[in-house]
Amino acid sequence: MTSDLLRFAAPQAFFPVAGKLIPWFSILAGALALAGLYVAFVVAPTDATQGESYRIIFIHVPAAWMSMFIYLVMAGWAALGLAMNTRLSGMMASALAPTGAMFTFLALWTGALWGKPTWGTYWVWDARLTSELVLLFLYLGFISLKEAISDPARADRAGAILALVGVVNIPIIYFSVQWWNTLHQGASVSLTRAPSMAATMLLGMLLMALAAWMYSIAVALARLRRIIVERERDAQWVRMQRAAT
Amino acid sequence: MLQPFFLIVRRELRLALHRKGDALNVLVFFVVVASLFPLGVGPEPNQLRAMAAGVAWIGALLAAVLSLPRLFAADLADGTLEQMLVSPQPLMLVVLAKIAAHWLLTGLPLALAAPLIGLQYGLPVDALVILLASLLIGTPVLSFLGAAGAALTLGVRGGGALLGLLVLPLFVPVLVFGAGAVTATLAGINSSAHLSLLGAFLAVSSLIGPWAACAALRVALD
Repeated sequence: MTSDLLRFAAPQAFFPVAGKLIPWFSILAGALALAGLYVAFVVAPTDATQGESYRIIFIHVPAAWMSMFIYLVMAGWAALGLAMNTRLSGMMASALAPTGAMFTFLALWTGALWGKPTWGTYWVWDARLTSELVLLFLYLGFISLKEAISDPARADRAGAILALVGVVNIPIIYFSVQWWNTLHQGASVSLTRAPSMAATMLLGMLLMALAAWMYSIAVALARLRRIIVERERDAQWVRMQRAAT
Repeated sequence: MLQPFFLIVRRELRLALHRKGDALNVLVFFVVVASLFPLGVGPEPNQLRAMAAGVAWIGALLAAVLSLPRLFAADLADGTLEQMLVSPQPLMLVVLAKIAAHWLLTGLPLALAAPLIGLQYGLPVDALVILLASLLIGTPVLSFLGAAGAALTLGVRGGGALLGLLVLPLFVPVLVFGAGAVTATLAGINSSAHLSLLGAFLAVSSLIGPWAACAALRVALD
């Protein structure tokens, strides 16, 4: 069983599998997003205090979830790559990083757009905003470190070490920023809204989160295929594949 | 086990003695950065007093980042690092010794110079003491985590700016607890919680930093 699965750790074996999986995840992402957007804009009621502007949470919250989740997955692949010395793991981490950075940016951007009508300002040094910003820096550091090292094997392992150091630090950073925030800000705006959320709102958010998840998988797999072809361009099987198409 | 450690530390200190400028420039950079802030934000004493800890700490972070690229670069250039890697001593010992020497040459002088900056910013004596204490506990973290960053960017294009991008986000907790300790003292709050957390982060970083630096050095010299 495990040896069957490990077979796919070879880029050559995983390349066609990824190609077959991408359409399925894309369709799932599209369908879930359509359902989610329908719930978000048609079914979900208008918020009593925030009016229509709250509807940005259907993008904002899934983006924030994905931004953190993808970093964890990335660090998981990094650890696997370091421990097992599998080439595909490093490529997977590289394929995930831009999507993670995109979601982090999206979470910050939609947060700013949401902040303006609700708090009257685009940016507050709230604990969550600040730690999300630090997370964006961690993603950018990971991407630029990998870009800066020309040898792919070395770049993968260096990136993996950085991702692991980052993942240990994320909770500490989050905690310290929260501490700092409560010390400095006193009673100002807070992101923690009332927990009473309509069931349809929660449903819309979950659907959108699942859509974001499926989208991330599809995009990461597509990017992974590009990375595989780029790195193995001189390998026999890539040449044959290219000759066939 | 300890003898090679002290030998490497002594070697680093001797090398630094030959190139006094390197360590001294970092210290001067720190003082210059701290002196520029009042020129930028104005000489209002209350504002400066509130900013003092943040300025001193950010100056220390920047100075540390500035000093880090040299941590392994010279030894890589003349082949010493490869010799250290193949020597019978564990690489961890070498890395720990280099971290210790880095702290003695940059962290410690920065910490000792900081109260002077605090005086310029009008900090009272009790806050000055806490500033010194927070830097003494916090600057080793900069050396521990910084060593990992220095090893990761060893021989990499545009290493200096990249090193800053890699390690500065990781320094966030040190900045928060370090500057927070002084700010709390100014507000009349006991700062021991901040200093304890800073110590806890020092303990954590002393585990992650050297491990990551060793792993990264093996990757760089592969």
